[in-house]
Amino acid sequence: MHPKRTDKIATGIIYTVVFAVVAILVFLIGYILVNGVPDINWHFLTSQAQSFSAGGGIRDQLFNSLYLLVLTLIISFPIAMGAGIYLAEYAKDNWITDIIRTSIEVLSSLPSVVVGLFGYLLLVNQLNMGFSILSGAIALTFFNLPLLTRNIEESLNSVPGLQKEAGISLGLSDWKTITKIIVPEALPGILTGVILSSGRVFGEAAALIYTAGQSAPSVSYTNWNIFDPSSFLNPMRPAETLAVHIWKVNTEAVTPDAHAISSGSSAVLIIVILIFNLGARFIGNHIYKKMTAAK
Amino acid sequence: MKTYDFDDKYIINLDSEMAIETDNIQVSYGKNQAIFNTSLKFPRFKIISLIGASGSGKSTYLRCLNRMNDKIATVDGKIMYRNVDINDPKTNVYEVRKHIGMVFQRPNPFSKSIRENIEFALKENGIRDKNELDERVEMSLQDAALWEEVKDELDTSALALSGGQQQRLCIARSIAMKPDILLLDEPASALDPISTSKIEDTVQLLSKNLTVIIVTHNMQQASRISDYTAFFHMGHIIEYNETRKIFTKPKIKATDDYISGDFG
Ligand SMILES: Nc1ncnc2c1ncn2[C@@H]1O[C@H](COP(=O)(O)OP(=O)(O)OP(=O)(O)O)[C@@H](O)[C@H]1O
Ligand SMILES: [Mg+2]
Repeated sequence: MHPKRTDKIATGIIYTVVFAVVAILVFLIGYILVNGVPDINWHFLTSQAQSFSAGGGIRDQLFNSLYLLVLTLIISFPIAMGAGIYLAEYAKDNWITDIIRTSIEVLSSLPSVVVGLFGYLLLVNQLNMGFSILSGAIALTFFNLPLLTRNIEESLNSVPGLQKEAGISLGLSDWKTITKIIVPEALPGILTGVILSSGRVFGEAAALIYTAGQSAPSVSYTNWNIFDPSSFLNPMRPAETLAVHIWKVNTEAVTPDAHAISSGSSAVLIIVILIFNLGARFIGNHIYKKMTAAK
Repeated sequence: MKTYDFDDKYIINLDSEMAIETDNIQVSYGKNQAIFNTSLKFPRFKIISLIGASGSGKSTYLRCLNRMNDKIATVDGKIMYRNVDINDPKTNVYEVRKHIGMVFQRPNPFSKSIRENIEFALKENGIRDKNELDERVEMSLQDAALWEEVKDELDTSALALSGGQQQRLCIARSIAMKPDILLLDEPASALDPISTSKIEDTVQLLSKNLTVIIVTHNMQQASRISDYTAFFHMGHIIEYNETRKIFTKPKIKATDDYISGDFG
């Protein structure tokens, strides 16, 4: 065939595929938003969920999702950072490193239901942690760790090796060079990765159903004693998240307005995740510009 | 390619005070040997050029002198600096690198402000006094002939500078540590003629207070600025002599062929 024609056909196919992907995405998000946004109002966001009567809100679920996210990041970020730095800067090219990389890959392809059931057996039962935010956060750490580690490793690797040589040639140790030069330079990439993974964590349900639990006992938002079971900060209390709530409302709710609650919750979920994604881009670009003074 | 006898070599006998000397240095990357027993002495406060074809081992040799080959290559032999063998595994390499600075072929300023680029390593070495830091920033930028151009924008990003300015900043960053010896690996090869001549002037000024060892592919540059020149070929030192003599009357056939462009 004529090369020019081949090129035209190939470009045409690529455009069509891209268009299809974008169209599906826009349709999905649009559908959820159009159906859900009318159900969102201040009352919906700030009141408790109802078991039987209409008019329930998602206050606790929304808070639980955010709290769980924060705890998950507190646990997984330092580990991923350490592992990422090790892999990018210290790991030698040998079979041990190969095993580590393969493990991370396997872990990242583990279905989240499996992670959830594993968390249920190990954390909830074996370690007696019960259905709790902490169990959920640890399960989400398993789920989050591989991608976050990979992202941090890649961000560090994208910093030119010349930067490291510059630091070392000034008599700085490897560690100083890494922590004070390489990591700051990789920060926009790392931050973007953290925020994007936050979106994934925020929307995760399967790993949480059997770890953080499916109930949202009423908590007091004025009780700051994290050891008190009724405190909103207590990590040992069960906590249904927004994503789990959507799943539950759709499977077993008996409230008359279940459909509206599910639509509204889905819209809130999507909006939060969109904010995370756009925020990641914005903050990443902003920091990068600030650091490089690109005018 | 012509073949030359590696035993046919000439090394000048020097007896002034030495900044650094290497004794039978051998460097290998895994099984691949890149430098063969090279013994050279570098006199204090002089400029010494290392020349030779691509892959002849100039960078490899230069990087041994401040232990930048650690973790990359195996280096055998002695490197004597102030009566200490700094190639000894027990040597404190961080200390060595503070005394023997290095500037690379491609400018590599940190993504920080001009001031922070210079202050960073100083602060890490415990210099906290604001006046002392300011003074070092100004002195080193003056010495690197950059002060006039950047004195009003010290707090803007170094990455906004031109390539030539960035390279002079890298030199300033190095000399702010007050090293004894400055190693330069083709510092001007990525720069235009004007920046290049600025860097050459800088290097000549600097050699009043320190010893400069510079790798260059530019033979005019070597003959313009250096006092001594060492010619490398396939990992062997072939000729080391006063620059003037090397470029007018080389003693070895290989050197002659190389500088007259009749090589390989
Ligand atoms: N990091 C490395 N790993 C393995 N081999 C290397 C490495 N760096 C250099 N070599 C090899 O060592 C030899 C000498 O290389 P070197 O970079 O010292 O040459 P050079 O004289 O500086 O060349 P150029 O003028 O191109 O910079 C070459 O054969 C090169 O392939
Ligand atoms: Mg080189």
